[in-house]
Amino acid sequence: MSPRNLLVALAGQPNCGKSTVFNMLTGARQHVANYPGVTVEKKTGFFDLDDTHVELVDLPGTYSLTSYSLEERVARDFLLGDLPSVVIDVADGANLKRNLYLTLQLLEMEVPTVLNLNMMDVVERRGQRVDVAKLQEILGTPVVPTKAKKGEGKEALKAAVKSLVGKAHGPVYKIDYGQLEDHISELEAVLVEDPVLSVQYPVRWFAIKLLEGDAGVTELLTGTHLDAQKVFDRVESCRQRFHKEEGHACERHIAFTRHGSCAKIIRETVTFPEEKRRNLSDRADRYVCNRLLGPLILIAILFVLYEISIVFGNWLALQIWPLWGALESFAGDVLPQAGFLNDPILRSLGLWVVKSITAILNYLPIFFLLFSLIAVLEDSGYMPRMAFILDRLFRRFGLHGQSTLPMILGGVYVGGCAIPGVMATKAIPDERARLATIMIVPMMNCLAKVPLYLILIGAYFSDVAGSTMFFIATVTLFMALPVAKILSITVLKKRPSAPFIMEMPPYHVPTISGVLRRAIERVWLFMKKIVTVVAAVAVVVFVLINYPGLTDSRKAHYEDMQDAAVAAFMADVGRTGFKDEIGSEDVLPIILFGEAIRDAKRAVTDQDRAALIDAEFQEENPAYYAVARRVGKDGKALNKSLKKVIRVRKQIRREARAERFETSFLGTMGRALEPVTQWAGFNWRINIALLSAFAAKENSAATLGSIYGIDGSDQSVQESMKAGEGGFTPLHALALMLFMALYPPCVPASIMVRSQSNSTKWMLFSIGYQTLLGLFVASLVFTGGTVLGLTGVQAMWGFYALCVATTLIMAMIPTPEEKEAVVASNITQVNTIALKEE
Amino acid sequence: MTLDELQPGVCCTMKDMTADGALGQRLMDLGFCPGALIEIVRNAPLIDPVELHLDGYHVSIRHNEAKHIEVEA
Repeated sequence: MSPRNLLVALAGQPNCGKSTVFNMLTGARQHVANYPGVTVEKKTGFFDLDDTHVELVDLPGTYSLTSYSLEERVARDFLLGDLPSVVIDVADGANLKRNLYLTLQLLEMEVPTVLNLNMMDVVERRGQRVDVAKLQEILGTPVVPTKAKKGEGKEALKAAVKSLVGKAHGPVYKIDYGQLEDHISELEAVLVEDPVLSVQYPVRWFAIKLLEGDAGVTELLTGTHLDAQKVFDRVESCRQRFHKEEGHACERHIAFTRHGSCAKIIRETVTFPEEKRRNLSDRADRYVCNRLLGPLILIAILFVLYEISIVFGNWLALQIWPLWGALESFAGDVLPQAGFLNDPILRSLGLWVVKSITAILNYLPIFFLLFSLIAVLEDSGYMPRMAFILDRLFRRFGLHGQSTLPMILGGVYVGGCAIPGVMATKAIPDERARLATIMIVPMMNCLAKVPLYLILIGAYFSDVAGSTMFFIATVTLFMALPVAKILSITVLKKRPSAPFIMEMPPYHVPTISGVLRRAIERVWLFMKKIVTVVAAVAVVVFVLINYPGLTDSRKAHYEDMQDAAVAAFMADVGRTGFKDEIGSEDVLPIILFGEAIRDAKRAVTDQDRAALIDAEFQEENPAYYAVARRVGKDGKALNKSLKKVIRVRKQIRREARAERFETSFLGTMGRALEPVTQWAGFNWRINIALLSAFAAKENSAATLGSIYGIDGSDQSVQESMKAGEGGFTPLHALALMLFMALYPPCVPASIMVRSQSNSTKWMLFSIGYQTLLGLFVASLVFTGGTVLGLTGVQAMWGFYALCVATTLIMAMIPTPEEKEAVVASNITQVNTIALKEE
Repeated sequence: MTLDELQPGVCCTMKDMTADGALGQRLMDLGFCPGALIEIVRNAPLIDPVELHLDGYHVSIRHNEAKHIEVEA
């Protein structure tokens, strides 16, 4: 009887069309998570096989199953630990020789394997022929050809999976390792003695892995075997004897033999066309990777990417905004009613949280477009070309060719977002370069930094606005590159740096469904992570800026103001026909009633519809309606009086809020930080704005707005800031802009840093060093500029020159690899000289 | 001679490899083994890395890594 629930794994090398096969089998029934404890994405999908429910797990794409890379370890641990009933090994039919390398390793692990020859359409187009029956006979395991892109071969693949379930395994292809076989048997004999290990793991595979010197298997042995040291001694002796006999290391012999076996199988099963044709990809690469055209095409593509995702995405976000606005007003309706002076805590906290979330949701269209475009770039095969073109340049700064995309997303020019940027570092195989990239992406100019720039430029650099914008947009790159270099030769020095070996797959036309699926998947994952975190952080920040709250005497002061306003209104009521209908307790309800009418009629352009709304409100409460909508002589008179009350209410609410803000925990912090930040020219008001920006950078502008009390007045933030900070000079503004540019990642981005670096320590480091660097740079510019008596513009370009110079100097310093390479070549030189002398 | 000394357009046969550890493993996984036919396709716009054609597919590596591959033109 077949089991009712079946675990099937999908393995395959990169670029073999594995995700297409995955989607073909599972359709929309899939979800994404991470493998426990690591940042490798784990995709799970489901499909039915008659009455059996199958869970399909997509293993990371790997060329091999060693333990040098995280992906390979994850894939292997899954095969060994979760024991899938069947493994579908997807192979690129047109590149069978290389793909078989993984297949043979799977067979060696003794997992029931179905070999899926995918991309058979490409095989046919190239005029190759694969003898499937012969291949199946040689391998001793089912071989199924498919054209997953066209959905062909799905049923055959399922049938093959079914044929393997619950059946005793026949003899499968075994690689003959020749001279090594004796050593393998010798180790097998030792391993078989251990009762636990020999049941848990395939013994021959274990022996081969030990001979290969595989770190992961060595660990396994230490963990499971009772007398591991004895086995290690034996392995060591085998390896040494083999090296002596054959003249090269075991691992090399094993890999070379595997390749030999692949080549042999290919000779027997695949026929290639006589003439070799240059395929389309080769011809395209002649231009795409061309010395002159390549960089130009790259810039053009990045420009289009930026235009569509940021510029068009911003427009789209504006169109969608009413939706989030509706969410906010819906929350406003559901939550308890507003008070005259203070709102109930449930209302203010609820609105605060909803507003924080909608602020993030506002970026959703941008993320969606970004993720779609990235999926297009990935599926088309352009990504590796991008890395190919830029690797040399980035290498000089300790980054990687593949760091380009994260930096673009973060906002190399103006208007990115660090969250997708940090997310995109996942693809970088070099650990050191990856971390360096994660550390500098938040220094790019994300969209949320722009409002503050605009306020400051408007207030202090309005005569040179264009060039100032250019300055702040480009100077960040010249700050980020040297920082990346410094980090990679200091704190990241010890991190493993992987060799740059990258496949350049042929170009593919991406499918719409594939792109959409990927984009939606990522957006969803992002939402789940971010929205929960943002909600939690919003609560904390709310407490920080609202508590401990006003003192009793100040509260009494505001209440007196309120009472006076209400009393004046009531005196007016007494002179009208409403004196019996309206009491002092009705004042607030009337105000809210008026607001409700305004809200209901917002965005209603149809006259009849508006009249209908009016009629409904009038019916609900004629007296309130008369006052709010100026009906009749009394209504008009009272409306005038009501407006005064509303004005007073707004004023005292604003003043009370500003006061609460100043005396809040965050406000106290802002004052406490003044001794440090004075060197950068920041007073406590600026400190509060900067502190509140940590939750989300838009807050800096919003906070400045509420500090300078702009709501309700017609003044813009820059005008009221200029008025409120008489002593401010352009130098202050410049220091503030530079601090903002270097500002630590906001909370959601920090969470992303944590999840991508897989360590809280790196997140804290990222926050810490950027804060210190920002303070240092701002102090340097402000204090330095003041001492030297520079104007804002002089200081700006002086600083620019300094950054460019630092970048150039940093490019000159050799990376650790280059140092090693120099040492290595010196040694070879010495050796050759020594040899010659002999 | 080593692979990094060759100019684009040249074809060669791999003889041996002087890399071990992760680099050696990675190279072997991608099909660099004695007897493999390697064509140097092109250098990147800034010279490094270099694109190679091997066993029907393209792979790019840095010259620093190519130095570890011994070939015969």
